[in-house]
Parts: sequence; C-alpha cells; structure tokens
Amino acid sequence: MATEILMPALSPTMEEGTLAKWLVKEGDTVSAGDILAEIETDKATMEFEAVDEGTIGKIMVSEGSEGVKVNTPIAVLVEEGEDVPADTQAEAPAKAEPDTAPAAAPAQATAPAPAAPKTDTSPDWPDGTETRKQTVRESLRDAMAEEMRRTQEVFVMGEEVAEYEGAYKITQGLLDEFGAKRVIDTPITEHGFAGIGVGAAFGGLRPIVEFMTFNFAMQAIDQILNSAAKTLYMSGGQMGCPIVFRGPNGAAARVGAQHSQCYAAWYSAIPGLKVVMPYSASDAKGLLKQAIRDPNPVIFLENEILYGKSFDVPVLDDFTIPFGKARIERAGDDVTIVSFGIGMTYALEAAERLAADGINAEVINLRTIRPMDTDTILASVMKTNRLVTVEEGYPQSSVGNFITSVVMENAFDHLDAPVINLCGKDVPMPYAANLEKLALVTTDEVVEAAHKVTYR
Amino acid sequence: MATRKSTAKSNVSADELLGYYRDMLLIRRFEEKAGQLYGMGLIGGFCHLYIGQEAVVVGLEAAAKEGDKRVTSYRDHGHMLACGMDPKGVMAELTGREGGYSKGKGGSMHMFSKEKHFYGGHGIVGAQVPLGAGLAFSDMYKENDNVTFAYFGDGAANQGQVYETYNMAMLWSLPVIFVIENNKYAMGTSVQRATKSPSLWERGAAYGIAGEEVDGMDVLAVKAAGEKAVAHCRARKGPYILEIMTYRYRGHSMSDPAKYRTRDEVQKMREERDAIEHVRELLLQGKHASEEDLKAVDKEIKGIVNDAAEFAKESPEPAVDELWTDIYAAEVPQNA
Repeated sequence: MATEILMPALSPTMEEGTLAKWLVKEGDTVSAGDILAEIETDKATMEFEAVDEGTIGKIMVSEGSEGVKVNTPIAVLVEEGEDVPADTQAEAPAKAEPDTAPAAAPAQATAPAPAAPKTDTSPDWPDGTETRKQTVRESLRDAMAEEMRRTQEVFVMGEEVAEYEGAYKITQGLLDEFGAKRVIDTPITEHGFAGIGVGAAFGGLRPIVEFMTFNFAMQAIDQILNSAAKTLYMSGGQMGCPIVFRGPNGAAARVGAQHSQCYAAWYSAIPGLKVVMPYSASDAKGLLKQAIRDPNPVIFLENEILYGKSFDVPVLDDFTIPFGKARIERAGDDVTIVSFGIGMTYALEAAERLAADGINAEVINLRTIRPMDTDTILASVMKTNRLVTVEEGYPQSSVGNFITSVVMENAFDHLDAPVINLCGKDVPMPYAANLEKLALVTTDEVVEAAHKVTYR
Repeated sequence: MATRKSTAKSNVSADELLGYYRDMLLIRRFEEKAGQLYGMGLIGGFCHLYIGQEAVVVGLEAAAKEGDKRVTSYRDHGHMLACGMDPKGVMAELTGREGGYSKGKGGSMHMFSKEKHFYGGHGIVGAQVPLGAGLAFSDMYKENDNVTFAYFGDGAANQGQVYETYNMAMLWSLPVIFVIENNKYAMGTSVQRATKSPSLWERGAAYGIAGEEVDGMDVLAVKAAGEKAVAHCRARKGPYILEIMTYRYRGHSMSDPAKYRTRDEVQKMREERDAIEHVRELLLQGKHASEEDLKAVDKEIKGIVNDAAEFAKESPEPAVDELWTDIYAAEVPQNA
C-alpha cells in the first residue's frame, strides 16, 4: 500500500517551506527515523525523518522547490515490490504565492486604493524611490544592523539572539557582523537581563533587549515600568533610559493562553514609555530604527505571523518613520477603521470586501500606540462620522476604548453611530483550532461592524 | 574563591580617620534632622533613616575612585551624602521642593546625581541589583576600569532577580560589587525568620562569586574589604560580594513601632558597637585629635545640617508646570 509523504509543518506558524535537499532518491529503502530531506522554514533548516519503512517510489517535489505548502505530497513511499500508483504525478515546484485560502494567517496586504482627495495616503518615502520586497523579519534585522553600524553604543541582548541567531531568526547574521561583545546571548532570566539592560542604558549605552516573546516580559515588567519608564521623571530630568524592548507580541498560532496575549493596551497605559506596533515591513524597519534612536524606553511589539510576510521597503540609506504619525493605508468616506499591527490585515481585507458592497472604508494604521496620532483619527472621523477600531487584545481597557474616549471628547457631534471596538474575545486564548479562531478578531467581524455603523 | 571573614585593616592617616568621623557624623546628624522634619510634617510619605549604618557607605566610598558608580535601595540618604552630594539638595528633595535633586519629583526614595555617579534611590526591593550589574556592564563595554557598588539589604537578598544577576555578573565577569547591608531586619522580619542560610554572602559560591563577611560597625574594616573587592573587580576577576554586618537604630521607616526587637538590643548595639564612637575613640586614644578638634567638627556638621534644613524649608515647591516635564527626553541623555 503506497503512502504519500506530506510536507510537514515544523513550527506553529509555518504554512509553507523550501524543500532544500533530498537525502534519499527514488528506489532507496528507508526505515523509520531515517532522514529523508532537509526542509527550510522561515526560521530554520530542519531535518525531516521517515515515520514508516518502505521504498521511495517517487519523489514528487524536487529539491530547491520554494513555497511548498504544508501537507502537499512530496514523495510516495511504497512497500517492497509495489509499483508507484499511476495517478501520482510529480507536481511542478510551487512558487511562493500569497495564501489565498481563508486560513488562520491572513493574506498579504493589498495595495491601497486610489487616494480620495485631500487624504494623504502617500508612502513614507519620496516619490520615485526604488523599493524592494522584503519580509518583516529581514527588515527588522536590517534596522538593527544599520543602527549598530551607525552607533557603537547600540548592542542587542536576549535569549538565543547570538549563536542561535534568534528564536525567530530576527537577529540572523548579527553575531557574525558585530561579534559577541555586541550580540549577547543571555541565560533564561528575563527579570535579570531586562534590569541589566536598563542599568546599561543608565550607564550610557543603547541596549536592544529582545524578549523571545512579550509573554515572557511579564517576568521583567517591574524593571520596564518602575526602572525604565519612571526614572527620567523621578530624577527631575537627569537620568534617561534609552532602551528598546522588542519581540513578538500577541497570538501566534495554536500556542495557547500563556503564549498568546497582546500587550499594546498594557504598556500604552504607562507614561514614560513609547509603544510601537508595526504592521508592514517598511513600518518595521523605519520604526525600529527610530526606536533605537529614541532617547526613551520604547516597547516594540512585533508579531510572529507577520514576520514572514513580504512588503515593499524603500531602498534608502537611512529610512526612519517618526513616532506619533499614523498612516492612512486606504482612503474612504463612509467609515473609519483604525487598527495597528496584525489587526491591519483584518482591517484591510475588510475594506476590500466592503468596497465590493459599496462602502468606502478609510483604514488608519496607527503604528505608534503611544504617542498616538489622534489628530489623524479625529480628522478621519469628522469626515466619515463612523468609527470601528480593530485589535487583538482583550476588550476591557483596550486601545480602542481609549480611542473612543478621545473621539467622544473631541468629535462627539460628528458621530452618526456608536463607535465599535473590535477586540480579541474576553477569554484566555484556547488551544483548540476552532476555539482559537473564535477567540481572535476576524475580517468578518470588521465587515459586520462597518455595516452596522453605516446602517447599510 | 570564597574567603573568610576579613580582619585586614587599612593603613589610614590621622586626616583620613578624621575625615571618616566627619562623614559619618554628617550622615547621622542629617538623618536626625530628617527625622525631626518628618515629625514636623515637612517630609512626607516614606522616610527610611540610615542611623547606625554610617560606616558601611563611608568605608566603601573611601575605597572608590572617580568614575565608580553606585546604586542602592530606598534607604539612600547616607549613600548620597557619602558620595559627595550636596546635603541641601538631598534635604530639599525630602521636603519635596524645587531645590531638591529631582526638583521635588522623586522624594526620599528616588534621587539621582549624574555628576556624582549616583544612580538612585530605588523603591522596589531588589530592583537596583540588576541595574547595578547593568551599570557595570556599561563600563565593561566601554573598556574602562570603573566599578559599580550595588547596595541592597538582607531583605532584598531573598529576591529572585538578585540571583539572576549573580549568575550573569559572574558569567560576563562584570565589575560589580554586591554590597549586602545586613542590618538584621527586613522591615520587621529578622534574617533568621526569612532564611535558613547561615550567611548571605556564601550564596554567591553557587555562582562562583567570591565574597566575605565584614564588620560593618568598623569603618576601617569596611574600607579594607572595599579595597580588596575593588581591586578584584578592577582586575577583571568578576563580581565580588561583601556582606556587611550592620545595624539600624531606628525603625524600618518613620512609621515603624519596632516591636520585633527589644529596646535592650538596640541600646546594647549603640553602647557597645557604635561606628562613630569607635572612630572617636581611635582618634582620641591615638592622639590624632583632641576633644576640642572633635567639637569643632561637631559644630561644623551642625552648621551644614541646619543650613540644609533651612534650605529645604525655604526652597519653594516645584512650579505647577513641573507636573508635565521630564516624562520623555527630547534627546539622548548623556548619562555617563
């Protein structure tokens, strides 16, 4: 009985990978545990083992194929003397294409619609600037490398940042270029190394502290709030703390309650902190460079699911995005949708679908949660008279709640419908795939909310 | 590795000895005055006095050089005076006035001086320990020979981040001296009621950190141990732990009735082991100073403390605008 060998999922967020190398050929006999192939995920190159014994009857995906979707048959294993079934055909190597299926991970952002008059949706770089496709992961790495080249005081520390090149491969290549003095592996000791980072900033350095995820930063939150955020004030302006705390934040995929939590609202409540949450690769690059240069403690909230997504990034020697400047990703007159980080994927998908229904949504990518560009939100709400906010965090005391209060105080008379704050559900993140999907905010909910506030 | 209790004594001149007497007396009189001002309602909130522990900071400052850093907990007035911060600025911070080191915005527990390399004044027990290691990290990174004194109490010695810091400090050979000021009580809990460890410095052995116990009521013993620790750190041999056995005469804070120990215990320590009396005797017995000389010092100190108190009363409260300043820095601060 022939068995198909399928492209394996080798990490919680892996959707596709590269079949880097076959270590067996057609006709080879294999036993369970033999290494069949090397598969490159977005994070690492992994060896893929046989789970059954048999003979490799057919290799269906040739080595070097990129963008092979998880669960694609890559080979056929036959029993001794058995023929390869006739209906098995080698697939053409799949090309890396955006996932169009309505899976947990959303598709890439669509290009912004033509701008409505007077609404500035221009990119963050001058007209005519060359751009290239880059993943969020690569742009974060480039941002750090550029700033480390620029300033000797900048160094990066955290768990697995050096020799392992980052648990999520964000610090890939940094150890090679900058050496162990400036790319520092720490023991698993968040409270301790966060405090050492803050002390180093007091001592005149510019640390980038990577948390493997922001869930682990809970161990260090005293150092972030009490030591980093408050010292400038408590010292009457004498002693600042230029430091970046960065790492993935929010839900990844199927990692359960303790690893799936958005901290945007938490940190944005704290005076003295700046809180950044990039969506695209250009956001990630421009904002991280800005964060490293900022003289204050910056919480830089990344997203694991976005790491592998590609976007246009300008080819510029020194590209930064100022804090407190939202970007209107899509202009529209009927409803304002404000989001940030991965929430933007739902907001933009919804806007696309709403356009088909004749509703033109204006989509604002907040980018920095603190300081917040409330002017852009207010100007948009005064035009559309309706507001939906979208985020993955919990609903009580959400970022959306704050935006709503700002709009109520400053544009109450412009509102034609109650504001809707879309958030993750008010539950710890469940593990079960169906429940996890329900716990997260969805594109459908954004579409529905926009219909509700427009009464259409 | 670990060594036993230090018995070494520094060779000090008569002038140096008189200097320690003066510095310790300044702290004691300053703290007594702070206690008075607290009683008068001029100082608010928490106020943790350093009376009894003066020899610790004075002895260690005698072993420090320009460029060395220090960071401590909320019982910080003594550290600030010992490293040369202006008593007026410290006292005015206690009264929450514009003339205070933090413009009145920090208070007793949160004061800093970039000029004197004093990095706080931290209100969360134990939080200053990784900060101190981070300061030492910055000096190692810059490849200079400065060391950092990270002070904490016997209470903080049971906090987890202390051991996270020990581990990394030794791993990276950070030039940091962990100074455990063991005054025997973490607020109202005696050391014996908080741990079965016979000594706190020996815990460093688990991380390979050398250290020793020091008589904290003897400023010369503290200085000698400090010199040894400083030499160890400057030679890039990694961190060092000094567990300095001391005693606070006053309560944990001004609102502490101190029911956890007897009046006799405190009295006995004051009469038999007082650090200032000890130096006073050394000065007189060695004929390094006369009663008259010491009276002159007392008078000078009294003047300084009275001036500080006067300044702290007269300095205006911070301008209302100060509520909204110093939340974010506009440019990169030159911290070091």
